[in-house]
Amino acid sequence: MGFSEKPDNFMQAGRSAKSRMDTFFHWLTLFLLVFFAVVMITPFLWLLSSSLKTQINIFQFPPQLIPDPFMPQNYVYALTYKPFGLYFRNTLLVAGLNVLAVVFTSSFCAYGFARMRFPGRDFWFGIVMATLFLPYAVLLVPSFIIFSRLGWVDTFLPLVVPPFFGGGAFNIFLMRQFFRTIPEEIADAARIDGCSEFGVYWRIMLPLSKPALITIAIFTFLFAWNDLIGPMTYLRSPDNFTIAVGLASFRSQTDIHWDLQLAASTAVTLPVIVLFFLAQRYFIQGVVMTGLKG
Amino acid sequence: MSSLSAQRESEPGFWLSRQYNRLTLKRRRTLMGYVFIMPFILGFLIWWLGPALVAGYLTVHKWNFLSAPRFIGLAHFEKLVSDPILAQSLKVTIVFSAISVPLGLVFAFFLASLINSKFRFIAIFRTIYFLPSIVPAVANAILWAWLFNTEFGLINYIIRAFGGPKIGWLQDPNWVMLAFVILTVWGVGGSMIIFLSGLQGIPQIFYEAAEIDGAGRWQRLVHVTLPMMSPIIFFNLVIGFINSFQVFVSALLITDGGPQRATLFLVLHIWRTAFSSQKMGYASVLSWLLFAILMLLSFFVFRYIGSRVYYENPGE
Repeated sequence: MGFSEKPDNFMQAGRSAKSRMDTFFHWLTLFLLVFFAVVMITPFLWLLSSSLKTQINIFQFPPQLIPDPFMPQNYVYALTYKPFGLYFRNTLLVAGLNVLAVVFTSSFCAYGFARMRFPGRDFWFGIVMATLFLPYAVLLVPSFIIFSRLGWVDTFLPLVVPPFFGGGAFNIFLMRQFFRTIPEEIADAARIDGCSEFGVYWRIMLPLSKPALITIAIFTFLFAWNDLIGPMTYLRSPDNFTIAVGLASFRSQTDIHWDLQLAASTAVTLPVIVLFFLAQRYFIQGVVMTGLKG
Repeated sequence: MSSLSAQRESEPGFWLSRQYNRLTLKRRRTLMGYVFIMPFILGFLIWWLGPALVAGYLTVHKWNFLSAPRFIGLAHFEKLVSDPILAQSLKVTIVFSAISVPLGLVFAFFLASLINSKFRFIAIFRTIYFLPSIVPAVANAILWAWLFNTEFGLINYIIRAFGGPKIGWLQDPNWVMLAFVILTVWGVGGSMIIFLSGLQGIPQIFYEAAEIDGAGRWQRLVHVTLPMMSPIIFFNLVIGFINSFQVFVSALLITDGGPQRATLFLVLHIWRTAFSSQKMGYASVLSWLLFAILMLLSFFVFRYIGSRVYYENPGE
């Protein structure tokens, strides 16, 4: 009897030390989670709070946390000071065409890279990957020269036409990765039933790839919504401005009106956050599903 | 009936489909393959190779957009090596990259491990950590200009509340780089999510096996997590380096390249050379320089770091 007691006690002592360690790490993780959540979210709260203050209160020390008086009219001033409604429409037009272009042409090219076997395929895919590592900034100046020769400066064309040619290396790569997870047997069954290669792409692969397509649609929309360097380079007349250019020029003209600048910034950020919450599932699942694992 | 088929035969579509049917299966497949990737090939030729050639032509010409380009030989390249503003801009870009990329990588990995734990409301934390990375660049720049404001910014309020000095984040050339690193690291959510997906892809059985062999937390991290994650760490490293060479919006809107050119990042310098000074030739040379730097950097990263990456399923 005494013989069997000892190892039992020993095991228990080991287990409790381990569980004490686990409890410690449990609380440490929770503490760090909350701490960094505060760090991440404070700038947003500060932005929101400042955007609702009067021009005098915003410069008060110590700062007010809850604005008093409460100034929601800052948003009205800010958004009517410049024609943000017009900028919004321009941005929607540019972003919408970009999404359309990317969803169809990047999946189309990706189908060729993922499912067709032909000489030269790997060479061209190598070029796709090479352009992935080359940022837009490298080509900014020479592209501008080409577009100005075409007479496209101060139109939306430089912003919406290029995406129709493949839709960007990153999206081709993402769609290719996704297509490769769909069993080839489904496509073969369709081919036996007389489906052409376009039919397989259009009727089989696209409907099965909705999560990946939604993912690249969201990323493309965000990029177009946020992009400053492209619109700033090509759009000249204020009537053509997108939200990003409009906000940048609003900042340069209102100088110390922090209340209005911050209200406009909040207003521009809000749609993006709403979009994120609506599409969160696709956002994160899409990144995980398409893997990005190479 | 026969006249109908004769009419059909004269249609170009019919002619094409008959030509297509005459091809061997292998040729047909090749043709279809190129049809599918044709948008990319055209796009590459028109929007990548074309501009690159134009830039190549302009490197040896002086051109202000108005008059005809004038051939000047290698004068731009001579200017390149003796241009103090360019040297400053390169210094700024490289120092920023060398600090912000490793720091951002470690922080993103750390946050990913935090949100990989199992708590009840973990989805809320994931969302909060990710949100900063989707703030539009212009709004982000205005927000941080306000946060770093010397007199009324939140960051100096907090520092002074703890008895610290008033820091001229955006006026002092010695501090401004740190300010840019902080705002970059805050928006690290994208690579965090990629790390998270990687962490969740590691089979639990590896950890169980390591635990049975007596591995502690640290050993599990070093011998299981890091080797399994190395392809993703590598991916984020490459993307991080490329992004760090493209800082533009924040440099333009927060500091406009100042103070004393302490935030004159390379892309901002290129943009100004082209569109403020109208020196298209010299700007093309600078574009090629950026291209060369990125190629060189990619080469070294792949050569010296890529070879240490561990792939669970090579060739997949």
